[in-house]
Amino acid sequence: MEMPKPNKQVLMRKAHILRRLQDVLPENAVIFEEQEVRAYECDALTAYRCPPMIAVLPSSTEEVSAVLKICHEEDVPVVPRGSGTSLAGGALPTSDCVILGVARMNAVLETNYDDRYIRVQSGRTNLSVTGAVEQNDFFYAPDPSSQLACAIAGNVAMNSGGAHCLKYGVTTNNLLGVKIVMMDGEVVEIGGAYLDSTGLDLLGVICGSEGQLGVVTEATLRILRKPEGARPVLMGFDSNEVAGACVSDIIKAGVLPVAIEFMDRPCVEAVEDFAKAGYPEAEAVLIVEVEGSDAEIDDQLEKIKKIALKHKPVELRESKSEEESAAIWAGRKAAFGAMGRINDYMCLDGTIPVNELPKVLHRIGEMSEKYGLKVANVFHAGDGNMHPLILFDANKPGDLELCEEFGAEVLRLCVEVGGCLTGEHGVGVEKRDLMLTQYSEIDLEAQMKVKDVFDPKWLLNAAKVFPLASSDDRRLI
Amino acid sequence: MILSTEKGVAQYVSDANANGRKLRIQGGGTRQALGNPCQSNAVLSTAGLNNISLYEPSALTIVAASGTPLADIEKELLAEGQRLPFEPMDHRGLLGSTGTPTIGGVVACNISGPARIQAGACRDSLIGIRMVDGTGAVIKNGGRVMKNVTGYDLVKLMAGSFGTLGVLTEVAFKVLPAPETSATVLVEGLSDEQAIAAMSAGLTAPYGVSGAAHISKDRTTLIRVEGFEKSVAYRVSQLQSVLAPLGEASIVSNDNLWKSVRDVEPFHALDTAVWRISVPPSDGAKVAKTLEASNDTVQIIYDWGGGLIWASTPDDLDVRAALNGISGYAECVRGTHIKRLPQNAAIARIEKGLRAKFDPNGILNAGIMG
Repeated sequence: MEMPKPNKQVLMRKAHILRRLQDVLPENAVIFEEQEVRAYECDALTAYRCPPMIAVLPSSTEEVSAVLKICHEEDVPVVPRGSGTSLAGGALPTSDCVILGVARMNAVLETNYDDRYIRVQSGRTNLSVTGAVEQNDFFYAPDPSSQLACAIAGNVAMNSGGAHCLKYGVTTNNLLGVKIVMMDGEVVEIGGAYLDSTGLDLLGVICGSEGQLGVVTEATLRILRKPEGARPVLMGFDSNEVAGACVSDIIKAGVLPVAIEFMDRPCVEAVEDFAKAGYPEAEAVLIVEVEGSDAEIDDQLEKIKKIALKHKPVELRESKSEEESAAIWAGRKAAFGAMGRINDYMCLDGTIPVNELPKVLHRIGEMSEKYGLKVANVFHAGDGNMHPLILFDANKPGDLELCEEFGAEVLRLCVEVGGCLTGEHGVGVEKRDLMLTQYSEIDLEAQMKVKDVFDPKWLLNAAKVFPLASSDDRRLI
Repeated sequence: MILSTEKGVAQYVSDANANGRKLRIQGGGTRQALGNPCQSNAVLSTAGLNNISLYEPSALTIVAASGTPLADIEKELLAEGQRLPFEPMDHRGLLGSTGTPTIGGVVACNISGPARIQAGACRDSLIGIRMVDGTGAVIKNGGRVMKNVTGYDLVKLMAGSFGTLGVLTEVAFKVLPAPETSATVLVEGLSDEQAIAAMSAGLTAPYGVSGAAHISKDRTTLIRVEGFEKSVAYRVSQLQSVLAPLGEASIVSNDNLWKSVRDVEPFHALDTAVWRISVPPSDGAKVAKTLEASNDTVQIIYDWGGGLIWASTPDDLDVRAALNGISGYAECVRGTHIKRLPQNAAIARIEKGLRAKFDPNGILNAGIMG
């Protein structure tokens, strides 16, 4: 992975920059020893590593502001970091950068059930936002797989999704406001505990900007009352095509399940070995979950089962108890772990129009044969967000490169059928160099103009999202 | 000038940019009064960009040229049992305008309705755009899939930008199944504070409330549920019991009630200024009280559980002052006040910076957003 050459002027002034940062932060908030900064050398995209020059762990918006002001004055690149769970290398450092981690800022600042919002510091983990309100039967809807560890800061940066966003939307649909620190240290409040804004939708463009526009230190999030209940049904089909057609028919029938998850045979087999979830022998397994009272769930599942039966499922298993529901979900939730146990894998995240599902799965199967690498598919079928897992052996020379080539071909296919490179993981460094398959130089120029306004010196996470050749002129300023 | 191709729009804007000609961007022209006064030498109409280019019911996706009449899109969707999730308001009655609302106008002004409280605003359903910026460059962002984090979300930025960053030429939406039925729990006799408490009780109950409004003058509170027949019957009866301690609740099934709230019909015939105020719901009654205390002809309608206040006021009343430290904003919708102002200086500076990037010579709807 090509990264910009480090700024020698910055590296030479490391001692001076360090002193300035130590002046504004407590001693334990500045990390600079070579052994210690190594802890920040990568995120969940572990194939790429680079220790930062310095890492700082501020405890307040004021401290974040002081750090950014210094870095701005000293022309030091800054890479913001939530919990470091990005699968796209969103928090991958450069050797001349300051990693700004918000993990110590994890407080709940305000909870208001009547007005249905919570205000938190951005280092708080996704799951612990729900944790703070669930005693009152509320929850925060976006539920990325990494929700136990991932921070709201990263969720906002990547506009994270999850299994339940078919019904509840992704982060941007549940974010009401932010406190953001601009690269020059200015603190700006955008949005709040009310709906929409009167001017340009700055909140909308900040969410999903991969930490390139500012450092979000606080977020106001919409919380929702939990439904009375939820129950999944599991279906097995003897081909991906039939399963895909069943998904289309369910959606067309006017039933909007809260989640529709899809697993193909390789995935189901790996999951069975690992989690023993009792999944059927089938080419494709769907998990469809609906919410409501018991009677409402019965009613919706009746409709769904009727549709499924038309597609002659090899198995149709409705949960009868909480234990059975948990068992149905256990396999899906263990899918990534199960794959990780048998192989190294690369997780793709392209999204396609739902009706293209059978065709795309077929093409991925052909590519798998061509490259000689196995693929397991597990994904959010309701919204077309695929997660093909390409298996490779990191110890085998050339396998990673082959896998990346395969991955790129899959993503190009996603774009070709009307979809996109990434549905919820973000571009980061991983898909940076594929951006021109989806967007023209002019389209990217428009996006980069937004960064010009927020971060004129291009210091914030600047080696991400845009192909280096496209952003070169800006970063050299 | 009515243009019928994106290429034509790009050429026209490019020429205008070269000649310093300032353009008024117009769809159906039914919402012109929502913006501040706008300096222009010519009108660019998108009414000729009229085409639904893709509708895939099984993918819940529709794509249309920006000048396509909203009614055409709604009709096409309804034929497949689907709809736009955000229930866009029709401004003609309130603003006394004529013409045909276009989908581009809905997006440019980020127009939503009562369902916004549950289903999100126009911007939340918008998944892709094509536009022509102030130099004539054609730009696309987003696409036709509902999950897409590839690059910056300029889709959101364009929604509600009033044409100041570019001329929309195409818009794509995530749509939803239209409900089989809907019903409304109607509570009568509540004060504003009680009504907001009632709406909050409805919205914090697990029954998927899709509309919560209160017409202050009539002391009428409306709480709506939509979905499958059996489910709606169950949910309204549950809501009835939730609301029982707050007032007598009856169940009605009248969608015209919601059209009236959506379009603010009670204010149509009044000869007053009309304001639209967005605040945290529990501050709603406070703002309304301040307004009512300053003039006894003020009338209030609450939507979004109390978070959206429609205020009919004498034209000389400064409604923004009534917010007095409460977070949120007030926009003048009808009347002679400046229609919209940036929320603070930092935001104003960022907005100005963005406009300068996308429309360097300030030729697109100049001045319309303040």
